[in-house]
Parts: sequence; C-alpha cells; structure tokens
Amino acid sequence: MSNPTLVMYEEESREVNDALERLLKEANATVIFLVDKNGQLISGVGETERFDTTSIASLTAGNIAATGGLAKLIGEKEFSILFHEGEKDNLHISIVCGRVILVVLFDSRSSLGLVRLRVKKSSEELSAIFQKLLKKSEERVRRSSDFSFAEITDDDIDNLFS
Amino acid sequence: MSFINYASREINCKIVYYGPGLCGKTTNLQFIYQQTAPEAKGKMISLATETERTLFFDFLPLSLGEIRGFKTRFHLYTVPGQVFYDASRKLILKGVDGVVFVADSHEERMDANVESLENLRTNLREQGYDLDKLPYIIQYNKRDVPDAMAIEDLRRELNPAHVPEFEACATSGEGVFETLKAVAKLILIDLKKGK
Repeated sequence: MSNPTLVMYEEESREVNDALERLLKEANATVIFLVDKNGQLISGVGETERFDTTSIASLTAGNIAATGGLAKLIGEKEFSILFHEGEKDNLHISIVCGRVILVVLFDSRSSLGLVRLRVKKSSEELSAIFQKLLKKSEERVRRSSDFSFAEITDDDIDNLFS
Repeated sequence: MSFINYASREINCKIVYYGPGLCGKTTNLQFIYQQTAPEAKGKMISLATETERTLFFDFLPLSLGEIRGFKTRFHLYTVPGQVFYDASRKLILKGVDGVVFVADSHEERMDANVESLENLRTNLREQGYDLDKLPYIIQYNKRDVPDAMAIEDLRRELNPAHVPEFEACATSGEGVFETLKAVAKLILIDLKKGK
C-alpha cells in the first residue's frame, strides 16, 4: 500500500491540540482545522461548532488534491500554500510534513501576513509531532500482535449491521 | 488508508464508488442518504455540473455505530464516470480503503463497463494499490431495464475473480444497502487483520 494507516494516540493528540490552540491565539484566527490528505478531520480548535467540519475536511482535501494535480501538470511538486479571500472571512490552507493539511480561517481582526508568519512557525512544530507519530504507527503495525483491532470478532462486525 | 484516532476513539474509512458514466454511482449515494437516520449521516456534497453530471465527486459521511468502543465512520465518495475526467478520478482514489464497482446492466454499456474497470485497475496501480488485494465489491445496477444483460454474461466479463457481487436497482434502492454493508464488512475484516 502507498501509505500506512494513520493512527492518532492520546499523547500526540494533546500535543497537536496545544500547538493548534497556540496558533489560534497568536494568529488571531477564528478557527483552525487539521485534516488528513485523504479528507479525514484530525483536529479542530476555535469556534468549530459553527461549521460542518466533516464537509470542510473533505472539500479541503479535494481542493489540495486538485491543485496538486495542477502543480504536477506545470512541473511543480505541489503548491504548499493556498489562500482564499472572501468578503469577510479568508482561508489559509497549507501542507504540513507533506502529509496533513492545516486550515486557518480568519477575518479582519487578523491579516494574511500575520497568519503566514505564525503558520510557518507552527508548521515546524506540527511536522515534528507527525514525524514522531508516523514512526510510532509504523512500529505498531510491525508489531501487529498487540494491535487491539485484532481482537475484533466477526460477531462485532455483524452486530454493526443488525 | 483508514485513520484510527485513539484520542476520540474513532475509526474512519474511505469507500469509493467507481464505474462508467451514468451507471448510478450518485444514485446509490442519494438512496443511502435518503434512507439513513439524520443522526447517522452528515451533509451530502455533490460537486456536479449544471446538468447534474458529477464534475469532481459526491461525498457522504456515515456513522455505522460502535465496535469495541470505537465509533466507525465511513466516508463514501463517487468518482465522475465520464471518460475525460480521468485526472479527477485518480485524485479521489487516494487513501481508499474499499471499492464498489457499479456496472451498468444495459447491453450497449458493456464496453463502457469493461473500459471503466480497466481504468480503475490502472489508476489504483498508479497509487500503489492492487485491486485484487483491496476490499472490493461489484454491483450489477439497473437490473430493471428491459434489455438488461444476463447475470452470467456480466459476471464472465466483469468478475472473473469471483469477488462478492450484488444485483441492484439504485433508483428503487434494491441491493444498495447490501452492497454498502458488504464492502464495509470487508474493510473492517482487513482492519482486524492489521493491514
């Protein structure tokens, strides 16, 4: 398979959330999401309840995938930053660690310059966490005997559909 | 590639509905959306042209319930079936956990079925996947049309490996949930094996 299963553990989940909370404050953003490149929402901080987070995650990943396709057509590896400007709200979307997507929503209380600056700093921090996480996932998969999903029985699966 | 979150105790998986243009991929998702309780589904998104042909993808998030304390969420995607949207189809296959191939039972669509299945195999290979190793189901859709091909003929052309197959009529919903359940089950069995 091209990519191993992404697994998020509680320790790293806390570290990711702390980093996002810091970025939210420092960039004066409204809400921040972290999305897997396949469209799964990893985490969100700020006024998340105002938004359909699942749809945002899926469309962001579609957006990154489409612009990535465009990049390849003109000979670029990828476009690592996308910016969408609206009347009131703006979206700053960037790729972290080549694997996850950082989405920052901000309004006139912040500015593109500030967001770019703070995102750059946070990206390094998040990259370190994800590199650690990917290594940990790979080790866990190699030692598949202690992978708790092995305990799932056929009955458990059947019960989902009854 | 599923996403397991121990912090929020969730398993997220991606299912892609593939098939030739107008075979009923979007109709499958629409029926699932209509028949699912509001608390188990999210918003269905269709990125379509003005004539309702899928332009990029349809997306439907579904929650199936809990398994050993983990919420299971399935993200259902369709690809655009029209031949010239191949670049978009490749993108949607990224990170796929299971595939449903929706075949059109109309006799005159047989060539389109074969071409689309070949295209699926090629596009998966480009992403580093092997269709024979993925959770994979075939749905023979539009069984209600007057000139529907015999199942044996469809099977011979499209399912030489004898993967699980279902007859369906997506407009009335026949076979739609059976197909979804079968692919979801195969994905969970794979997850159990730690693939």
